[in-house]
Amino acid sequence: MSIALEHINYVYSPGTAYEKQALKDVSLVIPQGQFVGIIGHTGSGKSTLIQHLNGLVRAASGRLLYEGKNIYEEGYDMRWLRSQVGLVFQYPEHQLFEVDVLSDVCFGPKNQGLTQEECEERAKEALALVGFPEKYYRQSPFELSGGQKRRVAIAGVLAMRPKVLVLDEPTAGLDPKGRDEILDQVERLHKETGMTVILVSHSMEDVARYVERIIVMNRGEKMLDGAPREVFRHCKELEKVGLAAPQVTYVMHDLKERGFDLSPDATTIEEAADEIMRSLS
Amino acid sequence: MEMIHAEKLIYEYDRRDEDGNIVGTNRAIDGVDIDIPQGSFVAVLGHNGSGKSTLAKHMNAILVPTGGTMWVDGRDTKDPAELWNVRQTAGMVFQNPDNQIIGTVVEEDVGFGPENLGVPTEEIWKRVEDSLRSVGMIEYRKASPNKLSGGQKQRVAIAGVIAMEPKCIVLDEPTAMLDPNGRKEVIRAVEKLRKEKKVTVILITHYMEEVIDADQVFVMDGGHIVMHGTPREIFSRVEELKSYRMDVPQVTMLAEELRRRGLEIPGGILRREELVEALCRLR
Repeated sequence: MSIALEHINYVYSPGTAYEKQALKDVSLVIPQGQFVGIIGHTGSGKSTLIQHLNGLVRAASGRLLYEGKNIYEEGYDMRWLRSQVGLVFQYPEHQLFEVDVLSDVCFGPKNQGLTQEECEERAKEALALVGFPEKYYRQSPFELSGGQKRRVAIAGVLAMRPKVLVLDEPTAGLDPKGRDEILDQVERLHKETGMTVILVSHSMEDVARYVERIIVMNRGEKMLDGAPREVFRHCKELEKVGLAAPQVTYVMHDLKERGFDLSPDATTIEEAADEIMRSLS
Repeated sequence: MEMIHAEKLIYEYDRRDEDGNIVGTNRAIDGVDIDIPQGSFVAVLGHNGSGKSTLAKHMNAILVPTGGTMWVDGRDTKDPAELWNVRQTAGMVFQNPDNQIIGTVVEEDVGFGPENLGVPTEEIWKRVEDSLRSVGMIEYRKASPNKLSGGQKQRVAIAGVIAMEPKCIVLDEPTAMLDPNGRKEVIRAVEKLRKEKKVTVILITHYMEEVIDADQVFVMDGGHIVMHGTPREIFSRVEELKSYRMDVPQVTMLAEELRRRGLEIPGGILRREELVEALCRLR
């Protein structure tokens, strides 16, 4: 029950002047149930990487195993794969189109061939999972706030009951409260359903707070892979590739330099506060 | 001298059903008074739908008030005869860099604005060079904009505005779609413009870290200005900010948490160095 990438390579526009290797020999295993963050600057290959996960983009070479089966093998059921690995794109609310919220969320399961009744049952379940209020089910999705629209769009993917949920910058453009709400909801979802969640984000603070493992992409290659505190220990290297550690990690490094007896690995406010209190007592 | 001055500003628009019938009115801006002095750096915060973008669009007369008055450099934006003067005074940069770039070569794109103003050719080239230099994009002058990163594109968009030599530049969430590096590039370019060209800067953003150098911060909610002060004043009111769906920089949050746990640390800490100094004093 996992996704395994083995030596994946991907090249854009091969054989033309615009040829660009977007992924270089990427190998990794994501076990079922993990909460993973993928970070990297624009053009680092992270979006290309996640588009491989449900077969939207086909690797030039290498193997991608979903639950042990190579998805590039002839006759592999891609439709099924896409119902298992749900991909939520950036600004997913741009893809809303139905007359009301419930019908929009029903669209996915309807395409899976389920009956109207089953579709609605799943849609309601998905909307409940993202914390969308029932009284707006019959409202036009276009009249909702940005944060609510995004919930509906995520519910649209959840209604297909995927085992893996991939979110490409789900908080882009939302206000701070909206960001927290969406991510708290995703975290709850992960806990309640045991779903694998793969979160692509530009916010180091968010990644540090929610995920158990971070994969850092740079120039199409996997640069770092580990728990947040291990990855952010490399803050100098991260800066070189246009990333950074969370602000609190820098505070901890500064304090250590100033002679505080503490471990500078904290990546969240809670961890940092605990460590500072300990060192001062 | 005030660059932007608004009195009892109101903006209402009609809500319509599918057939275009008016079903009600929404008030996006509700009685806003605001004063922005020439040469200052002002940040506007507010959640999605708080009215901050609508307010920004009044600053270069994309929208005109339905009540009250907005003056830009002393010009009433409601006066049709002043429209082009207002737009030339206050330039705007929007969120999505891809919607703002029209040229096929960077320098062409930057020259588009001054060309439309009827600036003589030689002067256009001078301005193009000058503005690309000030945003650190001069080495890309012959590049194709679609080969640039988000941060680079956004800096080209800013150069395009600067080339029109506005007295004031309004940036409506210019970093929302950028990665951390792109965000830093854009904020640095804006800082430099303010220092070197003395341009009035109005920055609308959701990123708290970007406003700590502002002279004044305004927080909007429900079409009103609900908080106003220096960054230090604003960010020391953590609970109030949170009630408006805003946040504080992570360093400020950590300082607050340590205070809550009993450490004697001053309120409104904004920068890493300040927190480190405060903690060193406690040892």
